[in-house]
Amino acid sequence: MRFAESRVVPPVCNSVGVPAAIEVSGLKRSYGDLLAVNGISFAIEQGSCTALLGPNGAGKTTTVEILEGYRHRDGGDVTVLGTDPAKGDRSWRQRLGIVPQNCADLLELTVGECVTHFASLYPAPRGPEAVLELVGLVEKAGSRVSTLSGGQRRRLDVALGIVGNPELVFLDEPTTGFDPEARRAFWQLVGALKAEGATILLTTHYMEEADALADRAIVVNHGVVVADAPPRALGERADDLAVVKWIEAGAAVTRDTTTPTALIAELHARLGGELEGLEVRRPTLEDVYLRLVGEAEA
Amino acid sequence: MTSLLKTWAGRGRIEVMLTFRDRRTITFTVLLPLILLLVLSSLVHPIGLKYVSFAQYLTAGMIASGLVYGGFQGLSIAIPEERSNGTLKRLYGTPMPRSAYFAGKIMNVVVIYVIQIVLMLGLGAIAFHVTIPTSPTAIITFIWLSALALITFTSLGIAFSSLAKTGQAAAAIATPLVLFLQFTSGVFFIVTSEPAWMRAIASVFPLRWLCQGMRSVFLPARFGSQELGGGFHLGQVALIMAAWSVVGLVLCFRTFRWLPLGED
Repeated sequence: MRFAESRVVPPVCNSVGVPAAIEVSGLKRSYGDLLAVNGISFAIEQGSCTALLGPNGAGKTTTVEILEGYRHRDGGDVTVLGTDPAKGDRSWRQRLGIVPQNCADLLELTVGECVTHFASLYPAPRGPEAVLELVGLVEKAGSRVSTLSGGQRRRLDVALGIVGNPELVFLDEPTTGFDPEARRAFWQLVGALKAEGATILLTTHYMEEADALADRAIVVNHGVVVADAPPRALGERADDLAVVKWIEAGAAVTRDTTTPTALIAELHARLGGELEGLEVRRPTLEDVYLRLVGEAEA
Repeated sequence: MTSLLKTWAGRGRIEVMLTFRDRRTITFTVLLPLILLLVLSSLVHPIGLKYVSFAQYLTAGMIASGLVYGGFQGLSIAIPEERSNGTLKRLYGTPMPRSAYFAGKIMNVVVIYVIQIVLMLGLGAIAFHVTIPTSPTAIITFIWLSALALITFTSLGIAFSSLAKTGQAAAAIATPLVLFLQFTSGVFFIVTSEPAWMRAIASVFPLRWLCQGMRSVFLPARFGSQELGGGFHLGQVALIMAAWSVVGLVLCFRTFRWLPLGED
């Protein structure tokens, strides 16, 4: 065993008494000379939806796969639903739902066969029909997996991740390759899971997805946490300057301001009527994210 | 206990379904041996074969090869494929008892073996007057030989599957290896007609002994005089096959990986 002594960790509660579903402290993992994860710490409350963000190679997948019990760690303490994932047994796995990246399996089975088979591996599964309903694949139940579109395939992966009725769901880049409509539908599905009380840990490259779904965003880069806050508060985003753009006398004008409402009232009073080409823009999560990741780069 | 058996049966069902829906598996494990039996029985009349038709001789060897195709070659290609396409990773992430994956594979190999036997004996009997043994001794020998071969070739296939990263890479090693063993172990040719060095190599591997055992089942007793050492020597066959079963089991338990190399 490559870990130090194990210890029984009682569930840790935060200030308002919600127990932690995941606790990570000082997590380390290297591949040869490469330090992929270099001291990551965070705790995730039960019933919350957390987005783990970061560029490729930042250590996201390594972190998530250590939590899922796939990868071993070189150092640090980890508990997931009160258990060290390196020692997770079947009763622990019964409480987890995993939606891995890049799945290309099950191609010659039908959607219905897959869901029924995976349901049979859990002690108290959801009904296969109910799961297909939830992910919107009812009419595909008789189709071979190989005939599904990318978005349908991914929804099947989600179905297989939640069919065991898990307390904690890992979604690893669940919407890569989705069209905008499929992505919105997927967001509704995650919303429904949240409403049922599941804890969700999500990794994604789509900032609007993290913004729409997550209560909290943890940004990692070069194996360390560079920011950890609700998406709306990340990087003091709420306090940032607003950018107001309009067209005056045929020329585009741009101004940064802390008081956009006052500026527009002043413009309205001065120019009268509708302002041509008016735009008010706050920094998006993506702007903040790129700044955070860029800062860490420098 | 019943739930464990149910899960095993459930995996077996999935594996058999996947086999029947995958044309490649059927081609390489069921059709190929059948075609070889048909073509070679029609064309080849080897020199030095006494007492039996070549079809009868070849049937013994091709049935011996059945578990090499389904167990060894089939698994050594299918498992790396399932390791690289995410099947194993997905299963590992569920509470499925780990044994269920192997139970499913073994059931699938047995189902393929039964189909191979029925088709080969059927074809042999109809087209080439192959005699099907019915004596209790022959049937008992056939059963223990099959059981030892199932353990040996299934476990070696699982062990071999850890060597290759992808199914294609595994196929590139396993397919020529199987052909080499078939050519040298007395499936297509008569072992006594081989040069000594070839016999020596073949005698290290289990297929030569399995073929010899199967010939004791499918060929008349007097053919024993044509074997190396002048008899079927079933005790020696059993001993060597059992030793290979142990080697296979040890290797497969020590080397099996659920996740691709470097992803654990």
